[in-house]
Amino acid sequence: MTQSVVVQVGQCGNQVGCRFWDLALREHAAVNKKGIYDEALSSFFRNVDTRAVGYKVYGCQYRENIVEKLRKTAEHCDCLQCFFIIHSMGGGTGSGLGTFVLNLLEDEFPEVYRFVTSVYPSGEDDVITSPYNSVLAMKELNEHADCVLPIENESLFDIVNKIHQMINSGKLGSTVKPNSLVTSSAGTAKTVQEKPFDAMNNIIANLLLNLTSSARFEGSLNMDLNEISMNLVPFPRLHYLVSSLTPLYTLADVNIPSRRLDQMFSDAFSRDHQLIRADPKHSLYLACALLVRGNVQVSDLRRNIERLKPSLHFISWNQEGWKTSLCSVPPVGHSHSLLALANNTCVKPTFMELKDRFMKLYKKKAHLHHYLQVDGMEQGCFSEAISSLSDLIEEYNELDASKGGLRTDPSRLKIAV
Amino acid sequence: MSIVAVQLGQCGNQVGHEVFNTICGDVRGTHGLCSKKENEAYHDACTERFFSEAESGVPVARAVLVDMEPKVISQTLSIAARSGHWKYDDQSHFCQKQGSGNNWANGYSVHGPRNKEVIMNLVQKEVEKCDRLSGFFTIMSMAGGTGSGLGAFVTQCLRDAFPTSFILNHVIWPYGTGEVIVQNYNSVLTLSHLYQSSDALLVHENDVIHKICAQLMHIKQISFRDVNQVIAHQLGSVFQPAHTAEAGLHYSRNPLGDLMEALVPHPEFKMLGLRNIPQMPENSLAYSTFSWPGLLKHLRQMLIANAKMEEGSFRDPSLYTSWLNPQDAFNAWKTPRAFNKYEKSASLVSNSQFLLKPLDNVVGKAWNMFASKAYIHQYTKFGIEEEDFLDSFTTLEQVISSYTNL
Repeated sequence: MTQSVVVQVGQCGNQVGCRFWDLALREHAAVNKKGIYDEALSSFFRNVDTRAVGYKVYGCQYRENIVEKLRKTAEHCDCLQCFFIIHSMGGGTGSGLGTFVLNLLEDEFPEVYRFVTSVYPSGEDDVITSPYNSVLAMKELNEHADCVLPIENESLFDIVNKIHQMINSGKLGSTVKPNSLVTSSAGTAKTVQEKPFDAMNNIIANLLLNLTSSARFEGSLNMDLNEISMNLVPFPRLHYLVSSLTPLYTLADVNIPSRRLDQMFSDAFSRDHQLIRADPKHSLYLACALLVRGNVQVSDLRRNIERLKPSLHFISWNQEGWKTSLCSVPPVGHSHSLLALANNTCVKPTFMELKDRFMKLYKKKAHLHHYLQVDGMEQGCFSEAISSLSDLIEEYNELDASKGGLRTDPSRLKIAV
Repeated sequence: MSIVAVQLGQCGNQVGHEVFNTICGDVRGTHGLCSKKENEAYHDACTERFFSEAESGVPVARAVLVDMEPKVISQTLSIAARSGHWKYDDQSHFCQKQGSGNNWANGYSVHGPRNKEVIMNLVQKEVEKCDRLSGFFTIMSMAGGTGSGLGAFVTQCLRDAFPTSFILNHVIWPYGTGEVIVQNYNSVLTLSHLYQSSDALLVHENDVIHKICAQLMHIKQISFRDVNQVIAHQLGSVFQPAHTAEAGLHYSRNPLGDLMEALVPHPEFKMLGLRNIPQMPENSLAYSTFSWPGLLKHLRQMLIANAKMEEGSFRDPSLYTSWLNPQDAFNAWKTPRAFNKYEKSASLVSNSQFLLKPLDNVVGKAWNMFASKAYIHQYTKFGIEEEDFLDSFTTLEQVISSYTNL
């Protein structure tokens, strides 16, 4: 049984992190009715308290402190497989300290995978310097993260709204199971009034739960976290994955005909369920993973892959680029669920937009002095960062260029008979 | 003589478990349709082959279970023990805490050498329990990291440690689409390495078995368990005791040896395929009758199209390559005892071009991916370099060429 350590950085990171622990406990409680601390639970928790330590420290002088805390946590792990870092890209703590911690983890624990859940700023972000923060952070993500799951608040917001509309419009015949809402924390220990970001943060928390489900519970086709990196990252820097989650809610009636199951697969490829605004269907897939939970069998998987394949463009050397896993235990309140992770060139526009916003500020040298005042920061950091981002965009461009063109397969080795 | 099974990775362990289940169920079943004496001889031969006796009287499978993460093995062990009819030896398993991540290089270059001693010790212990060892039967998939990578490494170790024993690798060919993205790389590396150390590769393709489940057995929602059970049934039909021509009225004492001798005339040709009939849902069994001509005709048609009938037709020289005598090329094994609830059944194990197309497919796709260098960094991370890939490609192109020119 491997363990994962969650590192929550900054305001955003800590808020999401808290939602995560609540939901994780709820999930394991549902599976393990006797409430005994069992093996599956031990993947995240140690006997009494949780492993998540929210960091409210600032600056490099606390490096020793942070390393110390991480070491202690890691020592409690039998076999530490992965660090999950949750942070935002726009703010100062989340992006700066978050990526600092990322660096640190690579130095201290080079063999442990680093998964980063990054919340990208929207165009109308209230933090004016968020483009600077984001681009500086991107450089670190490019170089030191194994996998990044970019998330946009706008997408989360849209999902929350969609759910509210469905519930309030009364279109649904039966009532919706409250604890099945991907946005709710019904059934958790939390008794306080839900804050406005809670619903959105619950979605991210559910993402992490589904990501790790196959490592925690049994299934007929397991998928460990190291397999995600192995299968979805064909080139080291192209490790940005578009995630989409279904279902968003479950109706109270229990019978799920297989049509409903197929609908789940279709939904996973609809833009409404994505956690980032992007258009994978009109871009190029490098690889795609389907993490299925619940009573779903291999034939259901295959049927749906066959059905969906024609509408998706996969790169020529990875036409069958699907990685799948089947975990028997569904999330709380659902009979099955699906998390789709796609490595797709559709993230390029997001990065290009980021670059544009950065350049707008940088050209005028706006607010630059705040950064340059800090010890260790120089103009060079900025130019390196933007160059790193440009290189990344260029890599995606090259792959995109191969789409649609007639490509002849490379000729095989010839054997002398 | 006994066979020691080595179950590798999730697939290997899940399939292996079904195999022992099927064998045990068959032996205990009352569907033998033969004399009591025959039944007893069958029972004894089978037990000696696959199980050892424990004090409790419950037969203990002659198997070593290996995986890099614990979930599957602990499940397999407990399900077997719960059946009450057979179990695995509590000591005969090895696992680590973290899987191979679908990475052949991780399985072969890291987990293999690191754990070689422990694993080989377990194998040695099982071997010592046998009066006489016929050989090894390893079960693995090609697509993942442990079964494929560690499996290739372990096969090499077995060959080094037991140079005179037979090694038969049972290899599961993944679905064409969507199990593991790097499955073509893993397959190419596995097959090329196994070809060096193994005596024969017995192949089951998930796609083919899936079709059997859908079209012949009419299973609606096919699960991996269904697939594995069909595979186990097919394997059981070959490995359960049978009379070979030489052995006469006794059950064959050396199943693996006989199989190799009959099927692998030349070390360049090691790929074996298996077809078994009939395959049908259990509730149809009661309403079906079988005849030998019908079954054999069907089998032969599966071997090539437009076939003629009767057993004699298997001796048709046109079926075989010019440098083989049909007398040597064809062997029939029989037993009066029925297998696994089928009143009559027949299996065909063949060394032929049937795998040529799938093999060519896999090599082609892997080569395509290799040309763009995709995912290579994941392998070089663990010590498998581009040259190693090229070596593997060369080996397999050679095999393809040999089979094409038959």
